[in-house]
Amino acid sequence: MARAVTNNRKILNTVAAWTIGILIFFPILWTFLTSFKTEATAIADPPVVLFFDWTLQNYTDVMERSNYGLFLWNSIFIAGGSTLLGLIIAIPAAWSMAFVPSRRTKDILLWMLSTKMLPAVGVLYPIYLIFIKLGLLDTKFGLTIVLMLINLPIIVWMLYTYFREIPGEILEASRMDGASLKDELLYVLTPMAVPGIASTLLLNFILAWNEAFWTLNLTAAKAAPLTAFIASYSSPEGLFYAKLSAASTMAIAPILIMGWFSQKQLVRGLTFGAVK
Amino acid sequence: MGRIQLKQVKKAFGDVVVIPPLDLVIDDGEFVVFVGPSGCGKSTLLRLIAGLEDTTSGNIEIDGKDATGLPPAKRGLAMVFQSYALYPHMSVRKNIAFPMKMAKMPQEEQEKRIANAAAALNLTDYLDRRPGQLSGGQRQRVAIGRAIVREPAAFLFDEPLSNLDAALRVGMRMEISELHKKLDTTMIYVTHDQVEAMTMADKIVVLRAGVIEQVGSPLELYRAPRNKFVGGFIGSPKMNQLEGPEAAKHGATTIGIRPEHISISKTEGDWQGTVGVAEHLGSDTFMHIHGIPGCDPLTVRAGGEVDVKHGDTVYLTPQLEHLHKFDAQGLRIA
Repeated sequence: MARAVTNNRKILNTVAAWTIGILIFFPILWTFLTSFKTEATAIADPPVVLFFDWTLQNYTDVMERSNYGLFLWNSIFIAGGSTLLGLIIAIPAAWSMAFVPSRRTKDILLWMLSTKMLPAVGVLYPIYLIFIKLGLLDTKFGLTIVLMLINLPIIVWMLYTYFREIPGEILEASRMDGASLKDELLYVLTPMAVPGIASTLLLNFILAWNEAFWTLNLTAAKAAPLTAFIASYSSPEGLFYAKLSAASTMAIAPILIMGWFSQKQLVRGLTFGAVK
Repeated sequence: MGRIQLKQVKKAFGDVVVIPPLDLVIDDGEFVVFVGPSGCGKSTLLRLIAGLEDTTSGNIEIDGKDATGLPPAKRGLAMVFQSYALYPHMSVRKNIAFPMKMAKMPQEEQEKRIANAAAALNLTDYLDRRPGQLSGGQRQRVAIGRAIVREPAAFLFDEPLSNLDAALRVGMRMEISELHKKLDTTMIYVTHDQVEAMTMADKIVVLRAGVIEQVGSPLELYRAPRNKFVGGFIGSPKMNQLEGPEAAKHGATTIGIRPEHISISKTEGDWQGTVGVAEHLGSDTFMHIHGIPGCDPLTVRAGGEVDVKHGDTVYLTPQLEHLHKFDAQGLRIA
């Protein structure tokens, strides 16, 4: 009897997991399919799912109208730059919190995370003004800094969790061996935390890649990343679904492919320390 | 050279004083063992010497120079940790080379020293392995190798053998002793195991609650413990301590007699008792005797041939020349 119950449960779990998975994946699938339809088929009612005349026209149009390469490069620069800059700042910060904690360390960590609860639009005005004053509007550099700051609490928090798993005695041994603080971070801590650092890097790259609020508000043409590329195809009247879908597919394709290939690393890093 | 002197060294964590001001001299080339029950401050004392903890007050001198404020790397000491603390992402070769790399030693010299250390510690075949692929004993040898190549003024060992199984522990104990004879460098060794202390040390420092109870050679401590605590801590099985009328007969509050200094007979003796547990080890027999006033049970060590069993009545006679007398404060009466 017990076995039968287990099997039933198994089937139930499988069905539930697939349902949730498909629900989550559906918008992306739908966008992908729509990108191959004509504008007319795209808004057809009832919707056409698979049996339509597949066309690449939308992609050709989008490529003709916008400079996809520039958007792509901006996205790579901003996401990559903000993640690397964030890591350079966060590694020493997480080191000090993990290995030389003070009475206030827990408060600082919570406070840092609490900044993520603030609605971004609340600080849009001051940041916009600062950007004008410093001439950073519509520059890749300015956006890199902002996105780095936005994601820094998460980077520090994640690294702090990974570093806590590293035995302090190993770092003490390196100090006895004559390592300076720089050597300790460079030769001992960082290589040991590679899985954690890699997954932090991946996650933050994805977060920065998908960030739309700041990228849309602080850029115009020169520094605009792929989020702005998508936005440029959305119209208030809800027209041109097919072209919007083509643009969206092109914008998310690189990060999806990267995510696909680094799944293992990502999952391993995110569950690091959770499973002993 | 490796003479280490502690002058009024004190350590407190917040309001909790772990080590009240303490003086200690460790001479060049000495093998000193810090021993005491867990929580007695022996590891903290070692970490103060290493520079991994800051002193609250007092001075630490290494070879006559004040090292109190120096970072660990500048003290010229090497440490072997209980958990080995090897770098898991480096090969054995790189682990051993690490301190030399930090010291920017020429490559050739590094190679030479690695080869020497590996040969001395039987690690030559394992140089390209990672620590994760080694057994506990091999890992500990790598940790020692990493310490040797620096040619430090002194070696610090923090319970290095407690993660090893009993058989390996005895072997490593001898290897470390031999290493000390060969290198003739100061070694400070922390352990809670009094057998390790007795077998390895030139000088034992017995600690309790951060206070040095006695400093001396293993046999000094065994023959003339300064107080009841040292008497009970050094020697295995533990010294029997009797109180009451039996002690008063000898003009003391407590008398101590080691299990090996009691003669046993089935017919006559000073004290009469009943055998509780008798442990026959072959070479020795340990007996726990009940019914002796002032100490229950009393432990007796006899030869392996003694034929006693549970419930037997026996007569015991302490060897008076080996009797230790302690006063009301627990201090030795000369």
